[in-house]
Amino acid sequence: MVANRGEIACRIIRSAREMGIETTVIHSQCDDDSLAVRLADNAVEVGPPPASKSYLDIQAIVNAAIDHEIDAIHPGYGFLAENAKFAEAVEDAGKLFVGPDSQTIRLMGDKLAARETAKKAGVPIAEGSQSRLDSLEEMCTVAKEAGYPVLIKASAGGGGRGIRIANNQDELKRLAPQARAEAQATFGDGTLFVEKYIPQARHIEVQILGDGSEVIHCYERECSLQRRRQKVWEEAPALVLTDEIREKICASAVTLAEHVNYRGAGTVEFLYDESTEEFFFLEMNTRIQVEHPVTEMICGLDLIREMILIAQGSPLCLKQDEIRIRGHAIECRINAENPDQDFMPSPGTAESVTFPAGPGVRFDTMLFPGCNIPPYYDSMIGKLVVWDGSREAALSRLRRALSELEIEGIHTTKSLHQALVENGDVIALNIHTGFLEQWLSRRQSFHNR
Amino acid sequence: MTTKTVLSPLPGIFYRKPSPEDPVYKAEGEPCETGAVIGLVEVMKSFHEVKSDVDGTVVKFLVNDEEAVVAGQPLMEVEE
Repeated sequence: MVANRGEIACRIIRSAREMGIETTVIHSQCDDDSLAVRLADNAVEVGPPPASKSYLDIQAIVNAAIDHEIDAIHPGYGFLAENAKFAEAVEDAGKLFVGPDSQTIRLMGDKLAARETAKKAGVPIAEGSQSRLDSLEEMCTVAKEAGYPVLIKASAGGGGRGIRIANNQDELKRLAPQARAEAQATFGDGTLFVEKYIPQARHIEVQILGDGSEVIHCYERECSLQRRRQKVWEEAPALVLTDEIREKICASAVTLAEHVNYRGAGTVEFLYDESTEEFFFLEMNTRIQVEHPVTEMICGLDLIREMILIAQGSPLCLKQDEIRIRGHAIECRINAENPDQDFMPSPGTAESVTFPAGPGVRFDTMLFPGCNIPPYYDSMIGKLVVWDGSREAALSRLRRALSELEIEGIHTTKSLHQALVENGDVIALNIHTGFLEQWLSRRQSFHNR
Repeated sequence: MTTKTVLSPLPGIFYRKPSPEDPVYKAEGEPCETGAVIGLVEVMKSFHEVKSDVDGTVVKFLVNDEEAVVAGQPLMEVEE
């Protein structure tokens, strides 16, 4: 059973069907004619359109799994994918959760605990807190030792919420109470910690697979092009890394996953400081990620299939030396947003759609002509992934594929990607996590549609 | 005295409060001036303020807190 919607539900159903597994997808009332529902063998409605009443309703989903005699649940990404209570409820119902066990999810979901675990495993972490910081005085002491600027982070954090940058002690004293209040309101936990801020860092993450005893990596991705801490464009491999650093960062990810006897697919995220060639553990995501296709393209793998095999109890069928990088892949997230209106969401009906195709092109989407894009969920409607023998060739292929993509009826971020693929700094890989927002603030229009 | 309505600029979920613990932006019977925030619309996981485009007194809300709305749907009646 797929406990998700949109393109990732379609993606999971496709792999499961190839494996001869009967598929059931959950859906809300407004998704009753979605592509995932059309692709799955069975569909079960779990509630009204708002996610809190359907895709986030643990009891409704577990009940549906019991009623329909489901064997296993794949949570996809987002929604309940990293919710330890959901994993626990699935385990308690006697079903397989396609992912790590609830304790691992809980451990890695607590950012401070994850940081401590990384430190114990010998994985580099940015200077900062050893433990939770309850008083402002403690925070000031830790920040002074780490050196300003520092990041104030929420231990229960996610999606960039509760994070503040403090350039000096005055800012720390002013921003910490705000961050605590936001963390308390958003996550019900105001625990904060402080970490040295690395300006102009690059976001590098390592894909790993574990079977509970053995862990392998499937190399890294670079996801430095972000807006509001949401990734926009991802690539694999990260050509900014030397082979030596690549080996080190991938080995670090494997060490951390081995330390927690990781089972399933996961991603260990790092910040990379190009000027010092240092990398620092950021967090671990205990689920499949949106940008997993770029890894699949360069390694020739199906990560969803591997996840399902692991959940079935199979030991890893791949050996580390069988994973090799071939060529270069780029993914562009196509969102239903208007780049000319500060990325205002644009739900509605995709009246007509023309998908790019041809060699080395993959478009993971839930779109079909006339399909409805509801206002209730994430704005991502498709992922354009291209592969070619080199990055330069992949960029050319991306230009060609973007020109073939046509979506009528709603605004999309296609024009943003068309501008990025022509941008000199993007072409030269001269980017960092703040690059896109700085570039957007200087740019007036994308002449969208 | 004429009654006018404030429309939702976006489809999504309408919220009358900034957060569940907070009081409503505008209660019935309260004065409401042009530009005042009367609620939030959550669309695709982002929140957008809905502002009044009329001056007057709030007569009543036409949708409940946390109710789904479509673009252009009347949200609130205001007596000028």
